[in-house]
Amino acid sequence: MTQSCEPILSVEGLSLSYDTPNGELLALRDVNLTIGRGEIVGLVGESGSGKSSLMQAILQLMAGSARVTAGRILFEGRDLLPLGPGGMSRLLGDRITVVFQDPMTALNPVLTIGRQMIDIQHRRRESRTVKRQRAVEMLRRVRIPDVESRLDRYPHEFSGGMRQRIAIAMALMAEPALLVADEPTTALDATLEIATIDLLRELQQDIGCAILFITHHLGVVAELCDRIDIMYAGELVESGPTMPVFRDPRHPYTQLLFACDPAQIRHATRHLPAIGGNLPDLIDLPQGCIFAPRCPRADGTCRRQHPADHRAGRSDLVRCHYPDAPRLEMAQ
Amino acid sequence: MFGYIVRRATLAIVVILTVIAAMFVMMHAVPGDPVRAALGPRASEAMVEAYRVNLGLDQPVWVQILRYFGAVLRGDLGQDAISGTPVLRVILSQLPDTLYLIAGAMLVAVVPGIHLGVVSATHRGGLFDRIGSVLSVSVMAVPSFVIAIYLLLIFSIRLGWFPAIGAGEGLVDKLHRLVLPSIALGLAWIGYLARILRASMLEVMAENHVRTARAFGISQRRIMYDYVLRIAILPTITVLGMGIGQMISGAVFAEIVFGRPGVGKLVYDAIANRNYPIVTGTVLLTTGFFVLVSLAADLLIAFLDPRVRNVISR
Amino acid sequence: MSSAAESVPPSRRKRPQGALSRLVSDPLGLAGLILIVLTVGAALLADFAPFDPTKLNPMDRFMAPSALHWLGTDNLGRDLFSRVLHGARIALAISIGATILSLAIGLVLGIVAGFGPRWLDSLLLLVMDTMNSIPTVMLALLLITYTGPSLWAVVLVVVLVNGPGYARIARTHVLALRSAEFIEAERALGATFPRIVLFHILPNILGPLLILAAMDIPIVVGIEAGLSFLGMGVRPPTPSWGTILFDGFSYIRDSIWMVVAGGLPIVITALGFTFLGEALRDTFDPKLAKR
Repeated sequence: MTQSCEPILSVEGLSLSYDTPNGELLALRDVNLTIGRGEIVGLVGESGSGKSSLMQAILQLMAGSARVTAGRILFEGRDLLPLGPGGMSRLLGDRITVVFQDPMTALNPVLTIGRQMIDIQHRRRESRTVKRQRAVEMLRRVRIPDVESRLDRYPHEFSGGMRQRIAIAMALMAEPALLVADEPTTALDATLEIATIDLLRELQQDIGCAILFITHHLGVVAELCDRIDIMYAGELVESGPTMPVFRDPRHPYTQLLFACDPAQIRHATRHLPAIGGNLPDLIDLPQGCIFAPRCPRADGTCRRQHPADHRAGRSDLVRCHYPDAPRLEMAQ
Repeated sequence: MFGYIVRRATLAIVVILTVIAAMFVMMHAVPGDPVRAALGPRASEAMVEAYRVNLGLDQPVWVQILRYFGAVLRGDLGQDAISGTPVLRVILSQLPDTLYLIAGAMLVAVVPGIHLGVVSATHRGGLFDRIGSVLSVSVMAVPSFVIAIYLLLIFSIRLGWFPAIGAGEGLVDKLHRLVLPSIALGLAWIGYLARILRASMLEVMAENHVRTARAFGISQRRIMYDYVLRIAILPTITVLGMGIGQMISGAVFAEIVFGRPGVGKLVYDAIANRNYPIVTGTVLLTTGFFVLVSLAADLLIAFLDPRVRNVISR
Repeated sequence: MSSAAESVPPSRRKRPQGALSRLVSDPLGLAGLILIVLTVGAALLADFAPFDPTKLNPMDRFMAPSALHWLGTDNLGRDLFSRVLHGARIALAISIGATILSLAIGLVLGIVAGFGPRWLDSLLLLVMDTMNSIPTVMLALLLITYTGPSLWAVVLVVVLVNGPGYARIARTHVLALRSAEFIEAERALGATFPRIVLFHILPNILGPLLILAAMDIPIVVGIEAGLSFLGMGVRPPTPSWGTILFDGFSYIRDSIWMVVAGGLPIVITALGFTFLGEALRDTFDPKLAKR
């Protein structure tokens, strides 16, 4: 967990919109996010929070109707946005790699595992034998049994957990500077999830890459991540070191989110706690703070004026007018 | 996988048997002497008598049917009503020319069709895609024999680039004469294949594993031709298999328009000459050919697609 | 009167309402409609043709198009334009008539297959599969060997070739609806079989069947023209486009105009109905649309 001065990834003021038949959908607004070298950052948010859009923007794998309307994405000091697909494809699979959410569909069904692992080494000018050997070693590291024969098998011959380990092996084989993991354990059951997280942590310590770990599972973030970033409706609302933020969250959304975590439930109860209200319409945004319509302590300022990013407590970023206000609890 | 082969093969066999049965029914359903119905008015009396005995018209119907099935499946499709030569031999002597024509048409259609489909899918919604789509639909709509006539008119009669009639002697001449008929037959298929492939590729392109390939920096070109096409092309094999029947139909017209030998010309002349055994024999044989090719295509796909192939092995 | 034009942002431009206007706004659909109107117009105006299509005029054979004979004359001096107009009438009559007949028979068989006992369904499926396994031209030639060339032979071929397709769709819909809950409810209320078919099955099937029928018309025109071209369908001197091609092909070296006159209307009609069918499908069933 080494940290040096220059972050590996720095998202500055990123705004992204989709063109829909109903109008411009403002999916990301003024997002600021940093990942230091070798740092594991957990990106947390519900569906619709924009975490997928953020990931797609970083990887430049956006859908056709998406447009970046402001900001920069600096990777190792270089802005990724002007690069275009050609320039980006030089980085992808080499300095930046990805593990996707659904292990069942992420691998090519008609090519063997071995073939796919050799193909992704397409930049290296080495013989197939060398590449195959590297694949074998990597698969051993992720503890796939009986590797030599398994290389010639097809993805559907492996279980979901093993496929995800193969995906991790593929992603880390290039020893990237940054690994983007998009909800890699969401599709796995709890036991597999623990094993996969342990594996990731172990490999990260060996390779020293930074990880952007996207999830909605708070327990995993607590286990694995150095820092936690929370997104709500297209904005990054809080960011800071994991444990301090868990103990002392400063943004109302974060506070309520933690309070609603089923793991927090102490007494038998009939109703699962939930935050009242609905996600805002991203085409027709409310004025002021994005969370104001649902925030129990929102006042006139909150509703009129969009909050700036403050430092508060141990959090590096809190997008709220009152980051030092008393902590909100859920009514039991 | 094995179960699939058995099912598919059984269906094919049942269909062939049904066609043979239908043939038998037709000969007996036509009013008048069934032997005459089978042989036609040109057959000599001696032949009619021999056939009558052979068929065993005095026997109960189910015996007749069984004998007929037995004969057909043994390859005995009767005799040419005029010359007496076994029908099977006559047809097989003409079949190669038709097969060359079909092969030519496939060659004309497959490579351009596939490329058209890939490029349309890659640049979806662009000008190429839209124009290509209109052109595809247009060539599919016009009957192939009309295309054949106009090609003959323009390139053979008016411009003289190709001889008008016959299949020719010697390899170069034969190939030269194959060009126009192959284009006439294959043009509609270019459109059809492009369309199917385009749809298939767009489906595959939306799948997650393509996104994974992009996330590893693999070039768009490589993704299209190596990854997407590999999967997307499977439905086109089915389509080609099922299209053989249409190709046979089209070949009949092409042979007549371009004056080429083949089963089309054979059956056409046979009708003019009231040479019925040739007609029924050709129908049986071409149907059998179609069914078997279609079966082969389906089995080929099952073999090529590891997902299907390995379902049992787990 | 306001002078400032309101500019509507592109994302808010509304798609035209109403099926017909949507169809017409698609350039392909519009082109199709125009071509079909041409064909139908020709068929309707056939009686006003400048010449009698069967009138022989051996002095003026093989003439090129002129002010008098808009498409020239054929080998017997007959005016090609007039023949083409009458051919339109025959083409449309056969294609629409044969298609309606195939549709009706296919519909009935499909419903029977769907509602009837299992063995009947399997039998009909087998018959349909067998029909589809015989190359179309071979089937046609076999039939015509025994029935002799005629217009009704052509109709029979069309029914045999297209019928199974309609039957299959009808059958699929019937099978799906058969177990649908509202049918059970209707039955419980004592609705009779014909009532169920009429009010519940038919409205659901008719849409896709009609689109398929529209797409099939070029095929039927092709079958008729093809068989007549081979001399196995409509016989000369009846001026079907196929027979014009049949005559024209024999004399192709003497005059190209017969072949042009016979083939061009086929192309126009085929393109017209196909474009329209494509546009119809895009409009009414966006799931199937190419885009």
